[in-house]
Amino acid sequence: MKKIQILGTGCSKCKTLLANAEEAVKALDIEATIEKVDKIQDIMKFGVMTTPALVVDGVVKSAGKVLSADEIKKFLG
Amino acid sequence: MNTGHVIRNIWPSLVLKGAGLLLIWGVAYWNLELFSGWITYGVLGLPQGNHFSTAFQFFIFETPKVLMLLTLIVFVVGIIRSFFTPERTRRILAGKRESVGNVLAALLGIVTPFCSCSAVPLFIGFVTAGIPLGVTLSFLISAPMVNEIALVLLFGMFGWKVAAIYLGMGLIIAMVAGWVIGRLKMERHVEDWVYATGLSAGLEEEQLDIAARIQLGRDAVRDIVGKVWLYVMIGIAVGAGIHGYVPANAMASFMGKGAWWSVPLAVVIGVPMYSNAAGIIPIVQALLGKGAALGTVLAFMMAVIALSLPEAIILRKVLKPRLLAAFFGVVAIGIMAVGYLFNFIM
Repeated sequence: MKKIQILGTGCSKCKTLLANAEEAVKALDIEATIEKVDKIQDIMKFGVMTTPALVVDGVVKSAGKVLSADEIKKFLG
Repeated sequence: MNTGHVIRNIWPSLVLKGAGLLLIWGVAYWNLELFSGWITYGVLGLPQGNHFSTAFQFFIFETPKVLMLLTLIVFVVGIIRSFFTPERTRRILAGKRESVGNVLAALLGIVTPFCSCSAVPLFIGFVTAGIPLGVTLSFLISAPMVNEIALVLLFGMFGWKVAAIYLGMGLIIAMVAGWVIGRLKMERHVEDWVYATGLSAGLEEEQLDIAARIQLGRDAVRDIVGKVWLYVMIGIAVGAGIHGYVPANAMASFMGKGAWWSVPLAVVIGVPMYSNAAGIIPIVQALLGKGAALGTVLAFMMAVIALSLPEAIILRKVLKPRLLAAFFGVVAIGIMAVGYLFNFIM
């Protein structure tokens, strides 16, 4: 069971990343929860300076980039 | 040892390919005027010296010219930016004295990838790393204001002097405004929870090879040129229309040099407006073409790009009202100063 978090304060890029993450999970057919973290105080706890950011099981995998579903798959495999 | 061998082998073909592409680009670029004349008068057989022909040739000359410039610059800037992550910029700025810090922050604002939606996490990341407030704000002013798209468009449409002055003035405003806010000692007007946020390590830096950096440059081109080409074409079409038809001083009476109040008015109108650098170019083009003074128009453009209501709302999360007002006030004054200076020297 993977825990995926999308960090972002709600700009359009964050929504795209969220959609791509959902697509990646569906394509890999794995069990995962996807959570959106949009409170800035919570985002800062991860120490990122650019959003959107992708966090898998508490580890920041990328920041400031809209990853494609394929790129996200690599972090879930 | 093996990887070293591979890297050495990539370079010659890369350099060759780059040089070849640049040569093709250059030949095409310097023949655009000839080509546009040939299309207009040779292929289509439009009459010489007619308003429509002039406007048409202007359009098919300027559009590829500006788009080619934009593609080249955005690609190069995309590669340069792959060397300057926000984390790295923060490391460079941490522990610098204030005045040196303001200068460096303004310069790094140009080369560090930045999106206004990341302004808040970036702000927090900088101040919690011990970067002085004024230095952080120098960065936050320079990053959106000194914009490579605006720079290319100004260069393409109004020449290198206007572009250079825009660049220089943008940097100076960022440096001075940040420095002034630093002198005002407004640290206590940052929202309290910001300094309580612990500094965490964040992302470790990825080591990118040259192929990955080139890919980032190409991504930037696809992303940015893909988004702005339409605005560019509209801007040039407006310019072409003016080129052929509109009398040159329709706007002169109330946005010309004579009207002293036009500069502050331009800033006051510009602040609530929100647009990207490319979207504003058609308006700039139209205003200038109709006789508005360059300083007034540049002030308007800088106000639209660097100061906006959405940005104020975003920054309000971390800045208390007085500091936010000081930030907008100091930058607005700086922009007005640029407007007056321009109108005075041109």
